[in-house]
Formats: sequence, C-alpha cells, structure tokens
Amino acid sequence: MVKSTITRAAHATPEPVAARVRGLSDRAIAWIFVAPTLFLLLAVNIFPLIWTIRLSFTNYRVNRPNRDIEWIGLRNYERILTDADVWQTMQATAHFLIWTIVLQVLIGFALAWLINSKFRSSNFWTTVIVLPMMLSPAVVGNFWTFLYQPQIGLFNHAVAFFTGVDPASFSMIGDVHLAPWAIVIADTWMWTPFVMLICLAGLRSIPASIYEAAECDRASKWRQFWTITVPMVLPFLMLAVLFRGIENFKMFDLVVQLTGGGPGNTTTLTSIDLKREAFERWRTGYASAYAVILFVTVFGLASIYVKALNKVKER
Amino acid sequence: MSEILKAFLRLRRGPWEMLASILIAVGVVMLMQPFFLALYTWSFIVILVGTVMFLIVSHFPE
Repeated sequence: MVKSTITRAAHATPEPVAARVRGLSDRAIAWIFVAPTLFLLLAVNIFPLIWTIRLSFTNYRVNRPNRDIEWIGLRNYERILTDADVWQTMQATAHFLIWTIVLQVLIGFALAWLINSKFRSSNFWTTVIVLPMMLSPAVVGNFWTFLYQPQIGLFNHAVAFFTGVDPASFSMIGDVHLAPWAIVIADTWMWTPFVMLICLAGLRSIPASIYEAAECDRASKWRQFWTITVPMVLPFLMLAVLFRGIENFKMFDLVVQLTGGGPGNTTTLTSIDLKREAFERWRTGYASAYAVILFVTVFGLASIYVKALNKVKER
Repeated sequence: MSEILKAFLRLRRGPWEMLASILIAVGVVMLMQPFFLALYTWSFIVILVGTVMFLIVSHFPE
C-alpha cells in the first residue's frame, strides 16, 4: 500500500515531538498561532504608548541621556495647555482639517457622480483624476511651491486671468492670510480622488432596481438623489471622512514641503510643532505630553465617529 | 426626562455613551476654538474624561 505524504511526514516526526503535539489542547494551539502577532503588537504599539505616557510626566531630554530624569508630574501638560502658541497651532490644524474635509467631500462626491454617469472615455478620466493621489507628498509640495510662485506660478496667473488682479501682487505661501488656504488647496487637489473613489464604490453598489422603482413612483431626480443616493452612499462617505480626518490631523510632509509651517507659524500644524519640540528643541518629555494630548483627542473623536458610522450602517 | 434619568441610574449603555460622546465633542471644540484661552486650557481634561467614560460605558448592557 502506498502511504500518503501526510502519513509519511507523521511517521517521520520524532516520537517525543509527536507526543508533545498530541498533548496540546485546541486552546494552546490557538495561543501558539496568536502569540507572535500579540507579541509584535505589544512591542510595536502598546509598549511605546505606555513609555510615551511615562515620559510625559518627566523632564527627559533625549539629547542628554546621562542627565538624571526628574519626575515633574503634570507640569508638561500644564505648559502645553496654557501656551498661546500651541493653541494657535490647534486653530491652524482645525482650519486645515475642516476645510480640507468639506472641500474634498463636496468635490469628491461631485466627481464620483459625474464619473458614475458613464460618459465616453470615463475610464480614461478616472485614471487622470486619480493620478495626484499616487504622487509622493514631497513631490506635490514641491511642484505646488512652483505653482504658487508670484512671478512665474501658474496658479497666480490663473487667478489673474479670472479676476484681473496682478499675478505678482499676491503670494499664496508668503501671505499670512493666504498661506492657510494654500495648504488646503494643495491637500484638496491631492486627496479629493481618494474620496471620489470611495464615493464611486458607494454609488456603484446601489442597485439600479431601486431607481427603476422610484421612476415608477414618479419620483423626481432631486427626490431620488436625497432619498436613495445620499442615504446609501452615506456610510461610504463617512468612512472617507474618517480616513481623511485622521490623516489630516497628523498631516506633516506636504505642509513642511510647501510652507515649512510659515509665514510666522500660521501653517504650523500640531504634528509639525510636535516634531520641532521633539527633534529640534529636544524637549522629549514635553513632546511626549503633546503626543498624548493629540492621541487622546484623535482616539476620542474616532470612537464617537465609529459609533455614528455603525448607526448609519444599521439603518 | 425621568426615563433618561432611570436609564442613567440603571447603568444602560445608550445614555451614558451619549453623555461621553457629548463630552468628547465639547472638549474638541474647546481645544480648537479661537476665542478663550481658558476653554483651551480645560479642553484636554474634558476630552480625557469623555474618552475614558466612553471606553468604560461601551461595556455596559444595552
């Protein structure tokens, strides 16, 4: 009789090893499979988090490792939460976050709506629209810097073409009032395709039969939009807002490349400020407290948002 | 009104989660508003209380 490969492998296993394996319960085997992942999660996520929380109560400076670490209680938190400059970065972040999300959702949804109507060469246009998303933020930051140049920038000349103002009369990244909008425009240009793709997935998941039934009931296009399209795309849209919200809360690369946080600190977002505290001023304890504040804020917001998302999905 | 109070006292998830969500939302608004520094100062404690409350009450029965 020809033995199968499994049988041969089983016979080839040394008896002490085989006995040990036979003695393991299902639960133990499950733990053996899960343990490496659990260990990695603890080492890479949980341990640094706990370490950061611990450091946030000290005056530790990573560039002076031999200095004694002093436990200073809540003083780092107190300093951050009474600092008008940090408050200003929170406002800059809020401005960036709110406007990028509003613009990306509106333009992304409108583009998805257009692409979904299946016109000639719609596939080609989908590819063209999605291109910015595939670029590196460093590249996008770099070429938007050129686009915003007052003398030679295409953006200034386009604005001049439509409004008649002198293109050299304003500087998008050099003006304290315009710089916050410059980063909003660049981020919107780059990430609207992402929202569009998610909305497109939502639009394409709506069965045509629902629209046919609405047509039979003589519902107008406007009513179909508000009673069929919007409610059915809403979970997708909320997911897109969640992703973009979390991403933009920690926006760093694009803004650093574009404005470097200036002029002054009008475009200094929290992540840029945090990086400066941690790796330019080397106030590790202070930066840790800053990171904990941002973490708790994003975690809290994401928790209530996911709850809202689940409620929308249940409807 | 008394129904809501009863639900709070019976430690039901719904109203407690709602309270935690409101605390987080108010805390975030306090953190990012441009009007009063005092509100900004107290924002983190409000968010922290809301978040910890949310984590705890999400284990309450429905």
